[in-house]
Amino acid sequence: MKPAFFIKEAMRSISRNAIPSFAAMASVLVTVLVLGVFIPVVQATTGAANEVRGRVLVDVYLKKDATQTDIARVQALLRDKVAHVGKVAFVSKAQAYAQEKKRNPEAYQLLGANPLPDTFRVTPDTPDNVLKLRDALAPAGVAGGRTPVDASIEQVKNRKDETTKILTATRVVKLAMGGLAILLIVASVLLISNTIRLSLFSRRREVEVMKLVGATDSFIRWPFVIEGVVLGALGGVAAVALLGVGKIALLDPLSADFALIAAPQTIGFGLLAVVLLVASVGVSAAGSSISLRKFLRV
Amino acid sequence: MAIVERHKQELERSAAPRDRAPSVIEFRGVSKNYGPTNGGLETASFSIQRGEFVFLVGSTGSGKSTLMKLLIKEIEPTAGTIRVAGRDLSEITRKKVPYYRRNIGIVFQDFKLLPDRTVYDNVAYALQVTGSSRKEIRAKVPDILRLTGLATKLHSFPDQLSGGEQQRVAVARAFVNHPPLLLADEPTGNLDPETSVGIMQLLYRINRTGTTVLVATHDATMVDRMRRRVLELHQGRLVRDELDAQYARADMNTAEFGALLREPSPEPKRGPQADRQRERDAAREARDEFDDIFPTDERP
Repeated sequence: MKPAFFIKEAMRSISRNAIPSFAAMASVLVTVLVLGVFIPVVQATTGAANEVRGRVLVDVYLKKDATQTDIARVQALLRDKVAHVGKVAFVSKAQAYAQEKKRNPEAYQLLGANPLPDTFRVTPDTPDNVLKLRDALAPAGVAGGRTPVDASIEQVKNRKDETTKILTATRVVKLAMGGLAILLIVASVLLISNTIRLSLFSRRREVEVMKLVGATDSFIRWPFVIEGVVLGALGGVAAVALLGVGKIALLDPLSADFALIAAPQTIGFGLLAVVLLVASVGVSAAGSSISLRKFLRV
Repeated sequence: MAIVERHKQELERSAAPRDRAPSVIEFRGVSKNYGPTNGGLETASFSIQRGEFVFLVGSTGSGKSTLMKLLIKEIEPTAGTIRVAGRDLSEITRKKVPYYRRNIGIVFQDFKLLPDRTVYDNVAYALQVTGSSRKEIRAKVPDILRLTGLATKLHSFPDQLSGGEQQRVAVARAFVNHPPLLLADEPTGNLDPETSVGIMQLLYRINRTGTTVLVATHDATMVDRMRRRVLELHQGRLVRDELDAQYARADMNTAEFGALLREPSPEPKRGPQADRQRERDAAREARDEFDDIFPTDERP
């Protein structure tokens, strides 16, 4: 109806109720600050976990006497016929020997000849499918042993211990982080709506009087919603400013030294700021209008 | 009193289209139960004509406030129909209630002013609600505050005013929209007798402009002195409606009216027998009360 009037009313009520307004703003500030720290931390952790999971792979060892045609056939098989294959890397006997020799020169000095087979390193399309991939390449036989799908494959191995360990560890990290994030978001919404509710509760008499004078619901509600938006925006801006200061003062000097902090998958600061601002304004505006509903039923 | 003239004209203009205006308030068999055993009002029927000044009396819990709340549609009756200015209240939807309330001025015992607004803003709020322009507000508010004798308190906050002054602000707010009906629920309940007379004079002045005024009170002496129509409620029932009693002249001016209120109470027309009985009852009641607080054996 009259936006100027509503804005004036909202400003007046903020200045007349300075302490509850400050409390609402501070609770927005604190929760946004915590969220702002937490979102990149969750992202960095899950990013790191995913990176570790990316190392899960299946080794396909060929027979020592495999010819060039055998190699080509197995490669075609891996590329086209088997499900869940992500990437396939071929390591020839010579390459494998060179690598291993570099890692452990004395042992390979003693060996003299190259004992290593040609190997395909197969990465599954997603880490969780690694066991299915192994089964596809070497189905379990009736007798219990495994028979590879191609005659020239000697053995299919999936570095079992390592794989399961990585999978469980990263799953725990991911679940814990997700659970914490949900808890934190719920707590933030509750905290903000409770603060708003308290500051509205102290003014329910005011609302009652307004209703008796003949004010419509929207006439009463708008100033409160605008007040919520203003307080939410103030809290959000202050929190983003603090985050920015923290990032420049603390994080940037460290990121040179720690790979986790510099992880490329984290959200950009600009985007983070926008998300946090929108969330704080939205939650406070919705919070005040929903809390007001109760008092409007006079 | 320019504003009084203007208000009179305004009222007459709005009333003109209907030659035989319906009763301002009409209750027909209205009941309100708060629970199966908890009655608020039982089959009340009465009507109030335009320009009347009516008292609603009864002790606490007799249903006065229920009746007031029914009139402003804060609660719904369990049975019966209420008409205000010919309009059935049950037909007003929840959304339309605010617009309906703008046609009724309401004054409460506890003033119900907005504590963080000045006197001026409190009165102006009633106009802002209706979407009045700033120019209109600037013209009307000082006018009405002068009428209620608050011209010097424009920028005071409610907690800087005395009770009587706060009630004057409340009356000003109730009247600033020139409602055809003014309800006052115990308007003098929190005030001393002299201040009460002032508030009553103010209400009477408003009534003289043609506004129908309904005042709920338990101040029996005030009612006896004013000699106006009285509706008495007792435990939710309408037990008295003196339509044809000896009322005071309707055309006395405010000063005469004030004098009437201040003069010693005219002896109510009750038989001497009844009077003595009443005194005895009162004495016994007082004694019983005293006994309740200080049991006899512990009394010094």
